[in-house]
Amino acid sequence: MEDNQEVVKTELNNSEGASNEVEETSKKRKTGKKTKRVIPGFGLSMGIVLAMLSIIILIPLASVLGYAFRLKPSDLSKILSDSTVQWAFFTSIWTAFVAAVINVIFGTILAWVLVRYDFPGKRIIDGLIEVPFTLPTAVAGITLSKMYSTTGEIGKPLSKLGLKVSYTHLGLIVALVFIGIPFVVRAIQPVLEKFDSQYEEAAYMLGATSRTTFTRVILPELRPAMITGFGLAFARGIGEYGSVIYISGNSAKEHTQVVSYIIMQKLERLDYSGATAIALIMLIISFLLLLFINIVQVRQSRRTNNI
Amino acid sequence: MNWVEENKKKAGKTKVILIIISVLFVFFMLVFPLVSVIANSLKEGFGYYIQSLNTKYVKSALLVTLLATVIAVIVNTFFGLLAGWLLTKFSFKGKQVLATLIDIPFSISPVIAGLAFIMTFGRLGWANPILESINQALGTDIQIVFALPGVVLATIFVTFPFVSREIIPVLNTQGKDEEEAAALMGAGGFTIFRKITFPHIKWATIYGVILCTARALGEFGAVAALSKTRGKTFTLPLEIDALYLAGSSDSITAAFSVSSLLVIIAIIVLILRNFFEHSEKVKGEKKEG
Repeated sequence: MEDNQEVVKTELNNSEGASNEVEETSKKRKTGKKTKRVIPGFGLSMGIVLAMLSIIILIPLASVLGYAFRLKPSDLSKILSDSTVQWAFFTSIWTAFVAAVINVIFGTILAWVLVRYDFPGKRIIDGLIEVPFTLPTAVAGITLSKMYSTTGEIGKPLSKLGLKVSYTHLGLIVALVFIGIPFVVRAIQPVLEKFDSQYEEAAYMLGATSRTTFTRVILPELRPAMITGFGLAFARGIGEYGSVIYISGNSAKEHTQVVSYIIMQKLERLDYSGATAIALIMLIISFLLLLFINIVQVRQSRRTNNI
Repeated sequence: MNWVEENKKKAGKTKVILIIISVLFVFFMLVFPLVSVIANSLKEGFGYYIQSLNTKYVKSALLVTLLATVIAVIVNTFFGLLAGWLLTKFSFKGKQVLATLIDIPFSISPVIAGLAFIMTFGRLGWANPILESINQALGTDIQIVFALPGVVLATIFVTFPFVSREIIPVLNTQGKDEEEAAALMGAGGFTIFRKITFPHIKWATIYGVILCTARALGEFGAVAALSKTRGKTFTLPLEIDALYLAGSSDSITAAFSVSSLLVIIAIIVLILRNFFEHSEKVKGEKKEG
């Protein structure tokens, strides 16, 4: 037994050495002043990719930023201190946050069930997770609004219990849960698929209860994926338009207007400086969220690669 | 050995509870809305259903939607293949930044995408004088904002990363050894792509195209900001919006009829996606075996 282990160890060392060598040579290649790329077509594909990216995404967004930065600070603060605008930001962020939390809980359960258990109809459930990706947001919006209104199929029994869903914050949350669920499930599923059940077995052997195993062995491994899913669902939720504008009722009095709705309203009134100022704040928020998600993902890949 | 069995029983219980929660969630949150659209669309009989689809507004919206979708899918597939190739076959500085920039449309509000094109090509946009001088020189009257080109651009923007996102993970796991070997043996760039890279990503590309199509058909926020004329530049989702907001119970039923078209497409997309995923998995298992 001991001999065997030693052999394995030396083999491991060897393979580590080999991979180190490979890394070193690739580092040399990278740091070498004139890198010769073996595969042709770098310049051409780089040129076309950058050109298309600039024309379709970067230049239009830069125009928004350019216009926003030309606004006087006093105008900017006047636009942003408007109470309807502030309430819209509050509503969007708060409902998107609650919806993302709900999505992380149900998304984790769904991913767990789809990866770990076998039951009839599993593939259908797995396919249905992507309904919100493929169903147009406007269709989802009018349908949910009707279903959860006080005369709708689900809204009617709920209203008897005293719960009003459509045209309240609760309705917004329902719509955002619908939109966000696939982001969370699809972020967690692949991590869970790769997760080695050895660790759970070890925990079990060492006498851990299933709850301890879950909270101390499985959850820490899933956390980065859960955070990524949360971030994606949250980012999508803050900017969501089509699926929320029908169910929200867009009432300034009841604070059910979302930020996207305010931008659209300002565009319709040709108030371009108002629309851009709000868009600027939204762009900053999405940029920060994107950065956050990327950092989590880089850390995650580093961790898994080190193991 | 009693505690092992007890544990098993407990695990069985959790399993049943979790499966029930999942099935209920999927049924109420995801299946119910689909069924509800179809039920609502047939509320006033099949005759009214057909009649509400057979208006000049719906026909024009269908054409605009198809035009925007076809162009968006072609542009984004071309871009996705090139971007996938660039980001996985070469190492260069700023790769991560480039990948993040490509994913921008995922995390910003579609309304802001619409605003971006207005601020570029609209009356206040910096590109408007350029556009006008081109129009004067050529004697044409090309408009982008509030016209078809704007609708097409917005659709491309929103679906921009769909194909590349499906391709990049597949190419990442495939590595670049095969391409390097082919290049060393003297194959040209396009031959390498066609004979070596593309066979690996055939299914991923098809996935991407399917998802891109679904999203392009249904885009609402970005297009809503850039399209104002019903019957001319309206897409199907905008037509649904107009019918729904008209408010009478007839027009709401008509809105659901038009929606049912998009629901049927969404279901077909889901079935196709699952079918491709399954056939790819089977293929992969065969290869391993």
